[in-house]
Amino acid sequence: MKVAVIRFPGANCDQDGYYTLRDEFGIQAEYVWHAERNLDGFDAVFLPGGFSYGDYLRCGAIASRSPIMEEVIRLAERGNPVIGVCNGFQVLCESGLLPGALLQNAKQKFLCQDVYLRAETQSSRWTEGINRVLRIPIAHGEGRYECDEDTLKRLEDTESIAFRYVDVNGEVTEEANINGSRSSIAGVLNLGKNVLGMMPHPERACNLALGSEDGKEILKGFALVNA
Amino acid sequence: MPKVRVLVTLKPSLLDSAGRTVADSLNRLGFSDVQSARIGKLIELEVENPSKERISEMCQKLLANPVTENYDIEVLG
Repeated sequence: MKVAVIRFPGANCDQDGYYTLRDEFGIQAEYVWHAERNLDGFDAVFLPGGFSYGDYLRCGAIASRSPIMEEVIRLAERGNPVIGVCNGFQVLCESGLLPGALLQNAKQKFLCQDVYLRAETQSSRWTEGINRVLRIPIAHGEGRYECDEDTLKRLEDTESIAFRYVDVNGEVTEEANINGSRSSIAGVLNLGKNVLGMMPHPERACNLALGSEDGKEILKGFALVNA
Repeated sequence: MPKVRVLVTLKPSLLDSAGRTVADSLNRLGFSDVQSARIGKLIELEVENPSKERISEMCQKLLANPVTENYDIEVLG
């Protein structure tokens, strides 16, 4: 397994992803610049958080049209594992690989704190086997997931909602839905279940020195073969 | 060079949290009759071929997100 950590101008969680994959999982990771057009030899993709292209126009809009994304889309459509965290989630939505969009948090504030997540499906390499509430940090100003009713229904019908914001007991509540996302959605999957986008940062929660190892439950998906 | 104005607005059904803050602020300044504010984007293009069809394509491919936004095109000539 060799993972491409895509670097857009303005990305700032690329090193978090790189070192977590390398040091916590022993997975081979390499940085790939956004202007590249080739992902030959890579099996998977990590799209990091940050403020790609200064969030110009819309979060993730310009990054999703950068040259490397054509290759990322090709890999994703082939069924290879792709994860986008925070700004990476925004890029995945803007690219069309995932449905919906991310808007400014309902209460305007940039939110930087731990949240509790509940896995909503077992049918993906990223969520398989997660049967407890996870504590993972968020750090975003524009993380309010939005989609229309039809899309929401389709997400539910196809088990494509990966995570919801919940309280410590695993219950969906209005207070726990920290950014006002539709249906408390924190992360979604594509139909093939190989592409995951989520606002919380699992790569920042893979070592007890950082306060939590719960992120490993998600990123272990890179290490699973035939999942 | 012909000029085009593209007005991008958040769909009316979606909460505009920044707009809400602006409306609250106007209320606090004494403009108590302001019920709401919606913030959009004005994109001015200088473009050789300003056909509406092409500008529409630009909106669909980049300038607006169809999930959350509407757009209006005004060709200034």
